[in-house]
Amino acid sequence: MSILVNKDTKVIVQGFTGKEGSFHAEQCMAYGTKIVGGVTPNKGGQEHLGKPVFNTVKEAVMATGATVSMIFVPPAFVADAVMEAADAGIDLAVVITEGAPVRDMQAAKAYATKHNMKTIGPNCPGIITAEECKIGIMPGMIFKKGNIGLISKSGTLTYEGANQVCKEGFGISTAVGIGGDPIIGLSYKQLLPMFEADPETEAIVMIGEIGGDLEIQAAAFIKEHITKPVVAFIAGQTAPAGKRMGHAGAIISGGAGTAAEKMAALEAAGVRVVVSPADIGKAVAEVLGRR
Amino acid sequence: MNIHEYQAKQIFAKYGVPTPRGIIANTPSQAMTNAQELGGKVWVVKAQIHAGGRGLGGGVKLAKSLEEVKQFASEILGMQLVTHQTGPEGKLVQKVYIEEGADIKDELYLGIVLDRAREMPVIMASTEGGMAIEDVAHNTPEKIIKVAVDPAVGFQGFHGRELAFGLGLPKEEQGKFIKFAAALYKVYMENDAEMIEINPLVKTGSGDFIALDGKMGFDDSALGRHPDIEDMRDISEEDADEREASRYGLSYISLDGEIGCMVNGAGLAMGTMDTINYMGGTPANFLDVGGSANAETVAKGFEIILKNPNVKAIFVNIFGGIVRCDRIANGILEATKLVDVHVPVIVRLDGTNAPEAAEILRNANIPNVIAATDLADGAAKAVAAAKGEKVI
Repeated sequence: MSILVNKDTKVIVQGFTGKEGSFHAEQCMAYGTKIVGGVTPNKGGQEHLGKPVFNTVKEAVMATGATVSMIFVPPAFVADAVMEAADAGIDLAVVITEGAPVRDMQAAKAYATKHNMKTIGPNCPGIITAEECKIGIMPGMIFKKGNIGLISKSGTLTYEGANQVCKEGFGISTAVGIGGDPIIGLSYKQLLPMFEADPETEAIVMIGEIGGDLEIQAAAFIKEHITKPVVAFIAGQTAPAGKRMGHAGAIISGGAGTAAEKMAALEAAGVRVVVSPADIGKAVAEVLGRR
Repeated sequence: MNIHEYQAKQIFAKYGVPTPRGIIANTPSQAMTNAQELGGKVWVVKAQIHAGGRGLGGGVKLAKSLEEVKQFASEILGMQLVTHQTGPEGKLVQKVYIEEGADIKDELYLGIVLDRAREMPVIMASTEGGMAIEDVAHNTPEKIIKVAVDPAVGFQGFHGRELAFGLGLPKEEQGKFIKFAAALYKVYMENDAEMIEINPLVKTGSGDFIALDGKMGFDDSALGRHPDIEDMRDISEEDADEREASRYGLSYISLDGEIGCMVNGAGLAMGTMDTINYMGGTPANFLDVGGSANAETVAKGFEIILKNPNVKAIFVNIFGGIVRCDRIANGILEATKLVDVHVPVIVRLDGTNAPEAAEILRNANIPNVIAATDLADGAAKAVAAAKGEKVI
């Protein structure tokens, strides 16, 4: 078991023949992901990386039975691509592209929700079920199979966290990079119950950032509904107010969304909160009582 | 990206959001000519910088004669204006906006931002105009009326009525206010604004509503489709180092500590700063080298970090996913040839091609470059090195 994706998940790639799309699709296939084709308008009928190319997502879904789409199109076309996937009946769109306008994502997400399509991202490393299915750009080799679920806004902190968990002798069930943009698809609150319900997952690591209130919502949810141990780290304790730290979401304004606020809320919900990301692995070992 | 008040008002005017008449000036005599052209007996001389709180800092003055306009303009132009948003060093005033005086009966607040929880823009209005809205939100949250607008349907009559009744406006003023708010919503949506704030929005003696101030910030990711707004960029308002860094695909923010940081990914970069702080050190900067770092960008990163005289050690913390560690290692070698790296550099490279990177650094055998095994080890070594301790 795992959440959302596994070795049988059929995946198509939107922006399949582009430079980024090609490179990462190939990496995903090498990892074992069942990529069954891709979409690039006006290249329908061709073959790329040994898989069929389609002009539209609808054609690709009909021909391959794909349920997940990995999206690599340029920022200005992200909203269009997400809505096309939703309209074609895709269950989950994983949007890797960075720099999509916020207004576009707002419209795309509203449309996806209406069509019951889940979205991960944009501006994220993607999702990986260790040793089964990688949909995204993360270095696959650091994700050893195991029983820890991971949810992170930050790409490189996903790798850092997973690496520490594995070095402690544990492994990852599924890791999801949710992205740090102002408007994102699946968040902690939707993913936490999936990990709670997954028999393979024994503990959950959640990595957050300053800005917004998703971590506060998560804390309230954990208190009520999550029985598995949770370890959390919030990046940006030392970030000055009003400065944008790379991610559009990572900005504190008006005293809302500070690291201290989020850490306190999570602690009050019974979460094991670490001050430095260097302690994530050790904290996992502690909450699982193997140390 | 942010713009100046006078530029925001130019955009407002295009959409029929009423503003006082005004003309921008670069010199005191130009300021006086502008006042003459505007006519009237009272003018406001306003410093144009990208920060709020200008009035309290002495950057906004009411002039009652043309001579006063000239005098105030000469005082304000060239001053380092310090407000609660500029930091203690303040900001150099290079332009003043000369505006006709307004007949102020009442001061309101009106703003639009994205409500992330609801995933739609929210219009905020308050009767407590002219004050710091953060304080109003904190002390008397009931005095801020919030109305979320679903972009799929746009601004409707009921949105306007909720705002107008919330502000307690009498029937004869409601229509004008609702028209104002609807026009402002259009400004927000059509220009991909990140935020708009009018504080104060004044009600005049004749019952008109005028934007006495105007602040706008834009979604950087959408600037590509707004060349007219991109043209409003004032590079003198931006940190020169941050700007130079962005040309090389680096995201840099200077801070006031002693340990220079070079990290890939915004989250890990913040996490690295947090770890340094946790271990008793102070970060000198935030620097995200991004996903496509190479020798040139890394060398540039060192150059920018080392411009800061407070830097006593550098911590390079790379977890290679897209960015390959051997590239970073080559960048470090390159940098030591291009830049005089006179402080200890602690290097932690993990992830894709980490063994190759270690090999490259080992073979180069550069003094000053110290390898670290993981994040905790690297941060501890950087903190020790910054304190002048010998680190190996």
